[in-house]
Amino acid sequence: MATRTPLSRSIAAHAVLIAYTVIALFPVFVIVINSFKSRRAIFAEPLAIPTPDTFDLVGYTTVLKQGDFFQYFQNSMVVTCGSLFFVLLFGAMAAFALSEYRFRGNTLMGLYLALGIMIPIRLGTVAILQMMVASGLVNTLTALVLVYTAQGLPLAVFILSEFMKQVSDDLKNAGRIDGLSEYRIFFTLVLPLVRPAMATVAVFTMIPIWNDLWFPLILAPAEEVKTITLGSQVFIGQFVTNWNAVLAALSLAIVPVLVLYLIFSRQLIRGITAGAVK
Amino acid sequence: MAALTLVNVTKSFGKTDVIKGVDLEVQTGEFCVFVGPSGCGKSTLLRMIAGLEDVSSGEVMINGARVNDVAPAKREIAMVFQSYALYPHLTVRDNMGLALKQAGQSKAAVAKSVDHAAAMLALEPLLARRPSELSGGQRQRVAIGRAIVRTPKLFLFDEPLSNLDAALRVATRIEIAKLHRDLDATMIYVTHDQIEAMTLADRIVVLRDGRVEQVGAPMDLYNDPDNTFVAGFIGSPMMNFLHAGALGMRSATMGVRPEHLAISRTAGQIEGTVSHVEKLGGETLVYINTATQGLLTVRLFGEHDYRVDETVQLTPEAARAFHFDAAGLRLR
Repeated sequence: MATRTPLSRSIAAHAVLIAYTVIALFPVFVIVINSFKSRRAIFAEPLAIPTPDTFDLVGYTTVLKQGDFFQYFQNSMVVTCGSLFFVLLFGAMAAFALSEYRFRGNTLMGLYLALGIMIPIRLGTVAILQMMVASGLVNTLTALVLVYTAQGLPLAVFILSEFMKQVSDDLKNAGRIDGLSEYRIFFTLVLPLVRPAMATVAVFTMIPIWNDLWFPLILAPAEEVKTITLGSQVFIGQFVTNWNAVLAALSLAIVPVLVLYLIFSRQLIRGITAGAVK
Repeated sequence: MAALTLVNVTKSFGKTDVIKGVDLEVQTGEFCVFVGPSGCGKSTLLRMIAGLEDVSSGEVMINGARVNDVAPAKREIAMVFQSYALYPHLTVRDNMGLALKQAGQSKAAVAKSVDHAAAMLALEPLLARRPSELSGGQRQRVAIGRAIVRTPKLFLFDEPLSNLDAALRVATRIEIAKLHRDLDATMIYVTHDQIEAMTLADRIVVLRDGRVEQVGAPMDLYNDPDNTFVAGFIGSPMMNFLHAGALGMRSATMGVRPEHLAISRTAGQIEGTVSHVEKLGGETLVYINTATQGLLTVRLFGEHDYRVDETVQLTPEAARAFHFDAAGLRLR
């Protein structure tokens, strides 16, 4: 029987990973290359790399001339960062309470908070809209931040409480004996130790929020509060679609989320592999 | 005066009783060791004294004042943990000074106390480092230093040597004993290692299943155990328990320490074959399989040559034997 050498095994593993990477990145690649081509070239040869002949920045100039585009960007940033902040803050606090304190109904409370993972928040859209209308929050970024915070919390609580259970009891107890308040223990001892988990939660929370079209369309469609995903839709018409502009807008929309991802990714990799190798 | 008094203290988690009524008095300046197998409740009892666990019923008193409802930080105690539990984001100096800083002492006073404690433990060169830059032994010395800085009424140690390797364990053990003499402080020390208990303690509390089995000075427990559990737990290698009936005694069980079992190739009361020999240089341990009494251990001083499968005769030293009734209680 032929034994597999480590070399052949490593080639096989890399082949699988490279194949997966190519498949995953291909749509992004196509969007980016086509955003730099003229309209005719996009339709003539969608998979071709831009050449001096076909190179055209018309998409980008259209998008940037559409004066509100930076506003859309800013709106998306505010909504994503705001929601992320609240999800991480409240999620971590709830997770700490669930993992640290023994109280009646602890398990039930944990299950209740995790239930949101299984029930899509969009089922409640009508009720949410009624609520926002009643409270006068329609067409505000606050409405979006509130909804996304609710949407992100279940997963955050679920993941973080598992990680917080692993934080050494001795360390927290040492803090208590030294007279630290529970808040100091939470912020200065526990949070830094679950940083990889926080990064994981941040990425999983951030991407759906940045990409969401549904809630901005329903809760905040006004011009001054449009998010980038919604803003890009102006180029998609019922009869004519300005593909150059759409592709350019989408390419631009990738940048900020990519930056945020790079910031978190170092922590994220540690988070995913935590406990795998000890 | 009693530094610590426990009056019928109990602890239950739901329906499970972990501590089933402990009464204890620890005198000021005493080194008291809680010892017992894992799961006997010794660490829980220590955490109750520290205030990290609520007391289900009974009273905990430190220096005569009831502290059941006093927060850990206000009990004037210091605790050293098995996993060191140093704050990873603080330097050694800040780790040691944190409690005093929290208590509102001035910077100069904190620095003075930290320097004093660091000098006692030779930690001065490490003061600027972070815990991640220290070895295990150094971390535990810092943890002990952090306890000293507070000048507490009560030092609590929760298996502080368990994470150290054998050589460091002995060195740190000696350091703790010296510290106890120098500080003249009251210390309560939890361990599952009876050697640590024997070498450090003024008084040992043997715990089993949440109950106190016996309290006494190390040699009192060794020479005068109340029951088979204490007799078996204190002393290494473990005491041999013989079926006394087979030897014509009235008691149910006869306990004989390995050094009080005479071995001979010619004549004796119990016949057996050697199953294993451990030569340690200063002493030789011979394990003998017997038909009537099971596996017995003999401890010989110096070097001896016994071969595996050799047939030998054993004779217990009757005057040094302990007798127990069927329930395991000592017959005196």
